[in-house]
Amino acid sequence: MSDLRELYQQVILDHSKKPRNYQKLECANRTAEGHNPLCGDQFTIYLKMDGDVIRDIGFEGAGCAISKASASMMTTSVKGKTKAEAEALFEQFHKMVTGETADCPDPAGLGKLTVFCGVCEYPVRVKCASLPWHTLHAALEGKETPISTE
Amino acid sequence: MTFASDTVSKKMGPLRPPALDVENIRRDFPLLTQKIHGKSLVYLDNAATTQKPQAVIDRITRYYQEENSNIHRGVHSLSEKATQAYEAARAKVRGFLNASQDREILFVRGATEGINLVAQSYGRVFIKAGDEIVLSVMEHHSNIVPWQMLCEERGAALRVIPINDTGELGRDEYEKLLNERTKLVSIVHISNALGTINPVKQMIRSAHDRGIPVLVDGAQAVPHLAVDVQELDCDFYVFSGHKLFGPTGIGILYGKAGLLEQMPPYQGGGDMISSVSFEKTCYNTLPYKFEAGTPHIAGGIGLGAAIDYLNGIGMERIAAYEQELLAYATDALSGIPGMRIIGTAKEKAGVLSFILDGVHPHDIGTILDHEGVAVRAGHHCAMPLMQRLGVPATARASLAFYNTKEEIDLLVKGIYKVKEVFA
Repeated sequence: MSDLRELYQQVILDHSKKPRNYQKLECANRTAEGHNPLCGDQFTIYLKMDGDVIRDIGFEGAGCAISKASASMMTTSVKGKTKAEAEALFEQFHKMVTGETADCPDPAGLGKLTVFCGVCEYPVRVKCASLPWHTLHAALEGKETPISTE
Repeated sequence: MTFASDTVSKKMGPLRPPALDVENIRRDFPLLTQKIHGKSLVYLDNAATTQKPQAVIDRITRYYQEENSNIHRGVHSLSEKATQAYEAARAKVRGFLNASQDREILFVRGATEGINLVAQSYGRVFIKAGDEIVLSVMEHHSNIVPWQMLCEERGAALRVIPINDTGELGRDEYEKLLNERTKLVSIVHISNALGTINPVKQMIRSAHDRGIPVLVDGAQAVPHLAVDVQELDCDFYVFSGHKLFGPTGIGILYGKAGLLEQMPPYQGGGDMISSVSFEKTCYNTLPYKFEAGTPHIAGGIGLGAAIDYLNGIGMERIAAYEQELLAYATDALSGIPGMRIIGTAKEKAGVLSFILDGVHPHDIGTILDHEGVAVRAGHHCAMPLMQRLGVPATARASLAFYNTKEEIDLLVKGIYKVKEVFA
């Protein structure tokens, strides 16, 4: 049970049950859709960009606890950041969930996002955690076509 | 005669097949002794693929150690040995399905390829613009997409039989869909996502009354019940070897000889010809006309060994045991608060699709895996069905005759653990 708690940490469960910024942004000037065809997870990310800065962010969709919590915590982490800062965070996050950073240190300022470090033990769940980030990336790039983890 | 034997059986009471010795059967499957995360494996993903008995593993090994050579072309002894073993496997499949002739049994890669073969070969000749193909909302993607591709190519249309909320096909709706434009019915025998056993025999009769041929996707049916293609009177029947305790990469397309003879080859190459010149090629006879190239010889022979193994137990006994297990599991799962079983048809095989209040199926799958319980979570390659049911995904426990009531108890215990994590 202890190692299961590594994956399903209280913060993750809390965010999956009460996702933050879970709304369609009517004022959004960028949106993107992400889809994991293997498990049916599907999210839409809405961005209100102010120049290069993410002024506001919201998301809608359905998915497992990991993907939903990841989306929720991502929105709280990138709000107010610049595009470059958000992309850098994604890169660090991706390295962490794929196990490229050893023993979950926090050199990159991932902050609360380090609760997802347990995901690296579950290769099939890496896509769940990273789907919202891939979708954010697509929204930042202004990609029109829905992105897919496959 | 019939009357007399009825009287006898009444006097003797219903003939019940002797119960399965499951503990002994489990010893035939080496993989089942594995530990997963330190727990005994509870393998409940049999609708995805089944485990292999030692007899199948040994038969494949023996083929490669003692018989390996190419078939249908060598004059040497080894080639003859391999050819004999491969053709003997075909005869075993014929017997298993009770087809009338070996040449009606085509080796393919799996149920998917069987359906694609019919779509491409039968479809290209017999399906024209404006024609209709009837299938159901509970089909696996493999019995949707090949027809969609064909319809696009030919300008034909798909018509879809709806289901009710328990997961049973609408019989009246089906009858209404059949008309003079209908050129084929392609229907699943047992639903992989719901477990529903469809009344294919009656559906085939209705289609035949209007002269419409019927393909039955039996991928989930052959592991669970005795199938008799002559009794069903289906025109095509497909299944995959790996879901029948045999190897991956091998499957069967049964087709009535009269239809197969009218159909053009699916692929061109060696073995499917009787003579080739640059001016004209003459195709081989059935079944070889449809078997281009060197086939999966070991796979075919391994499938034959799986059928021998199943015949040794008896499909009637397997079906009876699985029904008992399904009833036990349905009862056990129904008692869990927040649990909803998806697919509650009256006629059902050992598939338990379910959702749990407030927990995504993917999370159920991960936590159960921690308890050593292997289930599938997702849309089960049946996205239109999931949409009809209004769920993005389900968790699915699917049974085989080597599963036990104790394993069902472990599944239930695992589900309570899921609830604990998400409490």
